[in-house]
Amino acid sequence: MTVRRGSIVRLVTIGLLVGAGATAVALFIHWLPTDASKEGGRIDFVVWFTVAICIGIFSLVAAVSIYSVIKFRAPPDDDSDGPPIHGHTGLEIAWTAVPAILVTAIAIVSAIALAENGKWKANRLKVDVTAQQFAWHFAYPQYGGFTSHELRLEEGRQVELRLTALDVIHSFWVPEFRQKQDAVPGLVTHLGITPTKTGRHTVICTELCGLGHALMRSPVIVMKKADFERWARSQKKGTES
Amino acid sequence: MTALFFGIGFGIVTGLRALAGWHPVLDWLIIVTVGGLIMAPIGFLAGIGGFDYWTRYALGFPTRGEDHSGHGARSWRDYFRVNTDHKVIGIQYLVTTIIFFLAGGLMAMIFRAELAKPGMQFLDNQEYNGFISVHAALMIFLFVIPAFAGLGNFVIPLMIGAPDMAFPRLNALSYWLLPIAGIMMLSSVAVPGGAFGAGWTGYAPLSVVGTNGNVWFNMGVQWAGASSIMTALNFLVTIITMRAPGMTFWRMPLLVWANFTTSLLVVLATPFIAGSQFFVMFDRLMHTNFFNFHAGGYPLGYQHIFWFYSHPAVYIMMLPGFGIASEVISVMSRKPIFGYRLMALSLCAILVLGFSVWAHHMFVSGMASWLRVPMMVTTLMIAVPTGIKVFSWLATTWEGRLNLSTPMLFALGFVSMFVIGGLSGIMLGAVPADIHVSDTYFVVAHIHYVLLGGSLFTIFAGIYYWFPKMTGRMYDERLGKLHFWLTFVGFNATFFPMHIIGVQGMPRRVSDYDPRFAGWNMFISISSFALGASFMVFVYNMVVSWRRGEPAPANPWRSMTLEWQVSSPPPIFNFDEIPQIVGGPYEYGVPGARHAVFNGARERELEEARAP
Repeated sequence: MTVRRGSIVRLVTIGLLVGAGATAVALFIHWLPTDASKEGGRIDFVVWFTVAICIGIFSLVAAVSIYSVIKFRAPPDDDSDGPPIHGHTGLEIAWTAVPAILVTAIAIVSAIALAENGKWKANRLKVDVTAQQFAWHFAYPQYGGFTSHELRLEEGRQVELRLTALDVIHSFWVPEFRQKQDAVPGLVTHLGITPTKTGRHTVICTELCGLGHALMRSPVIVMKKADFERWARSQKKGTES
Repeated sequence: MTALFFGIGFGIVTGLRALAGWHPVLDWLIIVTVGGLIMAPIGFLAGIGGFDYWTRYALGFPTRGEDHSGHGARSWRDYFRVNTDHKVIGIQYLVTTIIFFLAGGLMAMIFRAELAKPGMQFLDNQEYNGFISVHAALMIFLFVIPAFAGLGNFVIPLMIGAPDMAFPRLNALSYWLLPIAGIMMLSSVAVPGGAFGAGWTGYAPLSVVGTNGNVWFNMGVQWAGASSIMTALNFLVTIITMRAPGMTFWRMPLLVWANFTTSLLVVLATPFIAGSQFFVMFDRLMHTNFFNFHAGGYPLGYQHIFWFYSHPAVYIMMLPGFGIASEVISVMSRKPIFGYRLMALSLCAILVLGFSVWAHHMFVSGMASWLRVPMMVTTLMIAVPTGIKVFSWLATTWEGRLNLSTPMLFALGFVSMFVIGGLSGIMLGAVPADIHVSDTYFVVAHIHYVLLGGSLFTIFAGIYYWFPKMTGRMYDERLGKLHFWLTFVGFNATFFPMHIIGVQGMPRRVSDYDPRFAGWNMFISISSFALGASFMVFVYNMVVSWRRGEPAPANPWRSMTLEWQVSSPPPIFNFDEIPQIVGGPYEYGVPGARHAVFNGARERELEEARAP
């Protein structure tokens, strides 16, 4: 099957227009929250890498669809059949191989980001997170085991969250950190976060856990090292007295 | 009979409990489960005559000659009976599933009204969780899966040149299981504590320790699953053994290939959801400890077993749609399907790969973390055969003579909307991206693009396409186009913004949300009402056209497949003479090409050719 040059020009034009529109939607709408963790930065790279590939594929499909629907529409009195094109081996190989290569690239980029995000630093902060219907509790075993209703973290220091639940499955998520992990009763699951800026966020529950699921929120506060140490020691002293 | 069997169940439970000394003897949850959710449906099916033939056979009575009195529809009353005609059963399925679709859709509009503004408007949290759970359960088990079964039921025997399905009585029984399942799920709202509220996914431990309404889901799924398995078995035997002479596998229309692969998915996978729901029910009612972590149970085990079915389930909900799209696009483009063999093989590839990806629903579940990378690889790989299909449909339209009728609009709309859903699926397949968007509105957007833009659009394409064959009347084309455009716009307006709020940080299954999402939620809710209203155009068109539409010719679409070579509607046993298949089903544009000839015609042609 031959494709004339004129139609290629038109296809490319439609594709570029659609691609530009999709890119505008991607760039001008504020999709991702502020990036406040190292792991989040790697996740954001995977997201944009994948989005770029998706915009490319979408533009191609949209271009061919729009062009075909306009150009090949049969006039109302036309009863004839189209040319009996059964296939084209080269094209079929291409549209099998190219997507395979693209998804392989996505898999590789993702696996690397996942591996990096799974590395533990020796000096990390450890926090035991307990989820229950419908609240979060945070314990600091390295500071005498005091508990808190707020998750306070140190800027620049990796935290290992050790998550569990008392009743049903809950899930820990801070959108600005990107990282998410379920808290499962009977298990301890782990999540690593390295905050990169000070600030206040909220941890929300992202696994349906019953009537209070929507309300299960706690504050997350990232502090400078000195401030965090001061807070942690005062909490520790509070439990010792 | 229904009441009698309830009574038998009541008797069994109270009798055993009294004998064993378990108090209270009158444990109503167990009595209603055994008596109402298990025995009463059996009684109902027996009462309508669903088991008559097999019971007589098992009891050793002489076999009654089949007089076909239970076959075919001569009046509207036949549609309310146990009927062995696949054409009647197909229409019973379609009407029933549309009713449940409207019920599920109404629920969606109710909770979208609640979500229009932050804060709680008129629902409480239990009602909210119940509505979202029942909405999804109805849409999946009482609409998409059985609607495809119904369309296939009507079309497949005709398409392969058979007089009916291999097991007509089993076929009738599998239809009647559906109203039972639907009524069971709906009636959960009347259970003390409210409707099941753990989502359609029903994760343990919440589904075990949550309200008793969950049992109605545990059992409703069994009845719907049984229906699905029986139908799939029927399709497999029919397609394998009853094709007309000359119809090799490589001359089957792609809808037949699609139903064949889907049926394999159903029979292999559905028992797993049955098992997962039984485990949850047993943990609640019989105090087993499958998921009771206090006694060594493993909550994540539920998710593995559940998703081992529920991932293939999404292909069960899409593959028949792929088949419908191939039929409609080929006929309405007046061109052969581009790459027919690869299209058939890609269905087989999706079937096989579909069993290897289930844990992509569990990337953040706390399962063994090494499992995430292999599951990511298989998940991304499934994009390849799916992509082959999308590109092939586009290539089929290339240089065609496109008839942009209502079925074609829905088929083309499906291709573009399914691509969007598929691309968001690729994003979800990349584990780091999934970690951020899992359990957010991004997932809700994805599932509705593939289920509504994908499955629902192809169901509509199929209903409009085969409406003339099923009813003998043409639907109103202008109303059909109006339906398409209203639905297309309403659908995108409702679900596209969900991608945005999901990425921005709004979780799913929440009855309330942070006020920063208020603007988009109001927009989505209003759009959803418009989407709901668009379906009224469809219902009106169906009802009015069935009663008063233009009589339809045998082959209004000038298609080559077998179902269009008989009258609209077809004769009671489909074919007056067995067709002989002599070529492929999509040979448009090839002068003199035939898919099927009828022997009488063939002999006459040969005689004329021989005449001096």
